[in-house]
Amino acid sequence: MKNKFVKWLSLPYALWSMAFVIIPLLMVFYFGLTDKSGKFTISNILSISLPVHFKSLLIALLLSLISTIICLLLSYPLAMILSSMNSGNNRLMILIFVLPMWMNFLLRTLAWQTLLENEGVINTILRAIHLPGLKIINTPYAIVFGMIYNFLPFMVLPIYNVLCKIDKNLLNAARDLGANEIQTFLKVTLPLSVPGIISGITMVFVPALTTFVISDLLGGSKILLIGNVIEQEFTLNSNWNLGSGLSIVLMLFIVISMIITAIFDKDGEGSAL
Amino acid sequence: MSNKLITLENISKSYDNHLVLDEMNLYIRENEFVTLLGPSGCGKTTTLRIIGGFETPDTGRVVFDGKDITKLPAYKRQLNTVFQKYALFTHMNIAENIAFGLKIKNKSKSYIDDKIKYALKLVNLEGYENRMPDSLSGGQQQRIAIARAIVNEPKVLLLDEPLGALDLKLRQDMQYELIRLKNELGITFIYVTHDQEEALTMSDTIVVMNQGYIQQIGTPEMIYNEPENAFVADFIGDSNIIDSIMVRDELVEILGVKFACVDKGFGENVHVDVVIRPEDVELVKPEEGTISGEVTHIIFKGVHYEMEVMANGFEWLVHSTRMYPVGEKVGIKVDPFNIQIMNKPASEDEEAVQIEE
Repeated sequence: MKNKFVKWLSLPYALWSMAFVIIPLLMVFYFGLTDKSGKFTISNILSISLPVHFKSLLIALLLSLISTIICLLLSYPLAMILSSMNSGNNRLMILIFVLPMWMNFLLRTLAWQTLLENEGVINTILRAIHLPGLKIINTPYAIVFGMIYNFLPFMVLPIYNVLCKIDKNLLNAARDLGANEIQTFLKVTLPLSVPGIISGITMVFVPALTTFVISDLLGGSKILLIGNVIEQEFTLNSNWNLGSGLSIVLMLFIVISMIITAIFDKDGEGSAL
Repeated sequence: MSNKLITLENISKSYDNHLVLDEMNLYIRENEFVTLLGPSGCGKTTTLRIIGGFETPDTGRVVFDGKDITKLPAYKRQLNTVFQKYALFTHMNIAENIAFGLKIKNKSKSYIDDKIKYALKLVNLEGYENRMPDSLSGGQQQRIAIARAIVNEPKVLLLDEPLGALDLKLRQDMQYELIRLKNELGITFIYVTHDQEEALTMSDTIVVMNQGYIQQIGTPEMIYNEPENAFVADFIGDSNIIDSIMVRDELVEILGVKFACVDKGFGENVHVDVVIRPEDVELVKPEEGTISGEVTHIIFKGVHYEMEVMANGFEWLVHSTRMYPVGEKVGIKVDPFNIQIMNKPASEDEEAVQIEE
C-alpha cells in the first residue's frame, strides 16, 4: 500500500521530466538530424567544421577553461578561509557572497557593461585621478571577467562544503605524524576536497561553455562564442535544424569534459599519496 | 622507578573565560601507563592535547625529556596520538595510512614495508595492507590507528578515549591488547578515559581529575581502596559516602553509632566523610550487627546481588553473594580497616560533584 502511494508521488516528477527534459531533448535530436524538409541528414552536425563555427567553439572552450581555472584559484583559498572561520562569522560571509546571486543574472551583467564601458564608471574614475583608462569592454578579457564574476559562487560553495566536512582530527592526525602545514594540505586537505573541486569545475565550466548572454553583453558582437552562434541560428536565421545540430556537438563536448573530470576524480580518490 | 619523562608545570588553560585547567602540576615517568580519569569537562582531554601540541597552555611549561616543548608545534614532537574517532585517512588504504608518518620522514621503501608488516602483526591485522579504512570495523580501525602511531617509534603514545566508540566486549578485549602492546613496546602510554573500570584495569598510575584540578594521583589499588576525597570515592566504583564524626583516633560515629576504624590523626569530634565500599558491608542477623535495618531493594547482577538497606536514615548500598529478600531485617557490620575516613572538602578544588553514571 505504502509503496504504491510513494510510487504515485513520483508521478509529477515523471511528467515534469517527460515534458521538459526528455521531449525537448528528443526534439533537439530530431531537428539536429533533419533538414528543413524533414529528411535525415548529418550536415547540421558536420557544419561544426566550418571555420566560423569551429572557431567559435574553440574560443568558447578556451575562455570557459580560463575562467574555470581562475575561479578555482580564487575559490579554494576563499573556501579555506570561510571553512576555518567560526560558524557565526562564516554564515554572514557566505550570505554576503551569495547575495548578488539574488539579483537577476542579466541585470548584473548589464551593470558590468556600464561599469566597464570605455566611457563607463570605472574609466571615468580612473581618468579623474589621471590614470590611463582601460580598454576592456568588447574584448575576451571582459567575457572572462563576466564569467568569473557570475560563476564564482558555484565554485566556492561546493569546495567550502567539502572542506567543512573534513574531520579536523584528520588534520591533527597528519600534524601528529610529522606533517607540517604544507604537507598536511597537500596530503590530506587537497585530496579529500577533490569531490568539491570536481563539482565546482562542472558547475562553472558547463554554463561558461554554453553562455551567450555574457559574450553578448560584454564582448559586443565582435567575439562569437558557440553559444552565440547557436542563439543566432534560432533567433536571427530561424534555422532550428542547424542550431540543434550545433547544440548536439556542444553537448558532446560537455559529456567529454565530464568524463575527463570523472577520471581525475577517480585518480584523486585512489592514489592521492 | 624510572626517570621523569614529561613534566607539566603550573599549566593553566581557559576557553572563553571558562577555566579548564588551573595551575596543574604533573609528572609522568618513562614506561608508565598513566590514565587521566574524570568526568567530561574535567580537563583531561585538554591536558592530553597540551602534551600532544594541539593546544598551547595560557601559563606554565611542558617539559619533555629535559627540554621545554611548550611552544613546539605538534609535528616536531616525539610523541604520537591515537584519536578518539580513529581519524584514519579515508582516501588512503591501510598501508598508506600506516606509512604516512614514515614517508614524511623520507624513510626508505624497504624500511617502510618492514614497518607496515611489523605493525600489522603487532595489532593482529596481518594482510590488511590494501583494504580501505571504511571497510574495517570500529575495533579494526582503532588497531590501525594504533599501528599508524607506533611505527613512528614515539617515546610516548597519547590515547584519547580510544575505546569509547567500541562495544563492551570489544572494549574489554582491547584493554588486554593495550596492556600487551605497552609491555611489548616498552614506551609510555598516556591514556584519557571517563571509564573507571578501564582505568583500574590498565593503569600503573591513575590521575583522577575534576573541574580542572587533580583530585588524586595513585596506583589503581590506592585510588580504589584509599580515596582521598568523596569525589574520588564516588567516581571510582560504587560507594557509601556518609557524613560522620571522628570521635577520636580509631573511633568514628556513623549515623549516630560508634564504629571502630584504623585511621588516626584527624583530631577529636571532627566532621569527616566516611567511605565504605558496598562489597565491604557485611549483612548479618539483626542482633549481631553494629546497626540494623531493612532490605528495600534487590537486583541480581550476576556475580553478586546488589541490595539497598535502610538503616538509621541512610540507604546503604550492599554487594553480597547471599541474597536477602526485600523487607528482611538485617544487621550491618563493617571491618575497621574497611572504613575509609576522608577530610571534608576544605577548598573549592576538592568539592565533590554529583556524578552521572
